[in-house]
Amino acid sequence: MRLIIDIALTHIFGRGRQTIVAMLGVAVGVGFSIAMAALMQGGQDDFVRQLVDTMPHVQVTDEQRTARRQPAEDLFDATAISGLRPRDDRRGIINPTAALSWLDGWIPGRFAATLKAQGVIRYSGQEVGAAVIGIDPQAEPRVSPIIEDFKAGSFAALAAGGNNAVIGDTMAARLGAKLGDTITAVSSEGLSRRFKIVGLFHTGTTARDEGEAYVLQKNAQILSARPNAINEINIKLNDPNAAVTVARRIETELGYKAVAWQEANESILEALVVRNVIMYTVVAAIMLVAGFGIFNIISTITHEKARDIAIMKSLGFTEADMRILFVLEGVAIATAGTLLGWAFGFAMVYTLSLVRFEISATGQEMTRLPIAWSMLHYSIAAAFALGSAAVAGYLPARRAARANPVDIIRGAT
Amino acid sequence: MNTLIEATELTRILKETVPVTLVKDISLTIGEQQFVAVTGPSGSGKSSLLYLLGLLDRPTGGTLSIRGRDTARMDEDERAATRLANIGFVFQFHFLLPEFTARENVEIPMRKLGRLSRDEMCRRAGDLLAALGLADHLDKRPDQLSGGQRQRVAVARALANDPPLILADEPTGSLDSKNSEQVFKILETLVREQGKTVVAVTHDLDMASRMDRRLHLIDGSLITEADKSMISSEGETPES
Repeated sequence: MRLIIDIALTHIFGRGRQTIVAMLGVAVGVGFSIAMAALMQGGQDDFVRQLVDTMPHVQVTDEQRTARRQPAEDLFDATAISGLRPRDDRRGIINPTAALSWLDGWIPGRFAATLKAQGVIRYSGQEVGAAVIGIDPQAEPRVSPIIEDFKAGSFAALAAGGNNAVIGDTMAARLGAKLGDTITAVSSEGLSRRFKIVGLFHTGTTARDEGEAYVLQKNAQILSARPNAINEINIKLNDPNAAVTVARRIETELGYKAVAWQEANESILEALVVRNVIMYTVVAAIMLVAGFGIFNIISTITHEKARDIAIMKSLGFTEADMRILFVLEGVAIATAGTLLGWAFGFAMVYTLSLVRFEISATGQEMTRLPIAWSMLHYSIAAAFALGSAAVAGYLPARRAARANPVDIIRGAT
Repeated sequence: MNTLIEATELTRILKETVPVTLVKDISLTIGEQQFVAVTGPSGSGKSSLLYLLGLLDRPTGGTLSIRGRDTARMDEDERAATRLANIGFVFQFHFLLPEFTARENVEIPMRKLGRLSRDEMCRRAGDLLAALGLADHLDKRPDQLSGGQRQRVAVARALANDPPLILADEPTGSLDSKNSEQVFKILETLVREQGKTVVAVTHDLDMASRMDRRLHLIDGSLITEADKSMISSEGETPES
């Protein structure tokens, strides 16, 4: 085997320029594959992270997914009921204290109950439609992403008591209000209440910054005329991936609709899968092109070395030796190209990670390109490169190995 | 004298649109320590016969045994192994591997066979080349050697694994008379002093006349087989 390796290396180094061109082809393919995978994966991770961070991992609401089991179904062996819908009864989660206590017993994470009511916020003749969310200032920071986005004040200011509210800075700007001003919240039931702005937040999500106002839970209950009611339980789990299992158990045992973040964003996650398929298809295409480069050089070498092949076979080398020789040459070029491509890819990814810019028009602010640093990208690119090189080397190698040495020797003389 | 090669009705037909007979019903026996010339006009099947005897080509008819072993039963790997250990080729052109030095070219068959250590291979390659007058050219590549020197390196390579049989296809065909004589004497020495069997295709009738036997082919058939005593001074057999 050492002999075959020596001959392979001699062939490769004997064709310096062609070898370098083929190697650069592989390196560029590997490098760009890594950079593209890092960008795509980084974008996806960033997107999923935002999904996971900015919304509850499981959200329990006072809705019911399916209609309750009907008494007739228990009474008769065969029952056909059609057109049945869940009752539109939005009185909130019944017996919330027991429900919260039950969750407290087993949830691997933390949770907070809220009462969300639709209403209008008024100030100085301006009106903005908003969700008035009644929270527990002690519990909410444990699940809310807003906690890190306060520009002024905090949820703790609500705990001081009185009629205080925390609103988004965009809503404040639209209303023309500022910290310390008093706004009026009007519920869909027609009740109104005045709140002093004690906190302003900016999450970067327009819907939230412009459309949410946080007040004490008790105030929200008064405003919506639903004493002691809650209609949402937001849960943050220690392991976000356990959300589906947790949601399923809550729904089974509590009876209320529990939506995991994966379910809430199913179409987005499906789109990400499609995006990944596209990404790896493009990576494969890039490596295929690099593979053609290797095919080309190995074909050229086998063509030019036809006489040497014949001589080596006349000396006692087997067809398998010849196949191994040229596959080895392809793989050696690809290995060198891959190592160079790794360095090139790393440099590109590092450079991309330094790029900074801002997009505020979309509602999300980005200050840098999201990059994923993963050994998997390097491994996949290398596997594609070496695999395509092995195939690219094998095809001409097989043809060369099968050649009859007599034909070549006769042709040469 | 032990039999090295035994061929019976050896035939090679190229299966083209119109079949071409390269070698036809040749039966012969070649023993050890023989210096055999294969002569005949161009296209008479001399080289084809040599390639069959050297297991580079497969006969389409007849049988061929080397050292009593029927080659028809050998697969490609066995044929390659037999070539490696038992047969040395010298072609009209040197066919050295151009990227390797003279010593490396000679070492390649030894490394493939793997019987010797690296030091022993290196020493043996050096000795072989020195014996052929190339002691000062061990580390030169083929393009740095003259035609005669290259051919002598090719002879050294053929001898690398100490094979009992050397097959030479017009080994002096591309050389001037001085180098031709030198190569011929090397081949003769192999037979006389080292006990090798050399079968050489040649157009040079004078050279053929100096060999032990002469196989004369016409249109793929063996027309005459003459030993040295039967070859006339003009180099032609009495029958031809």
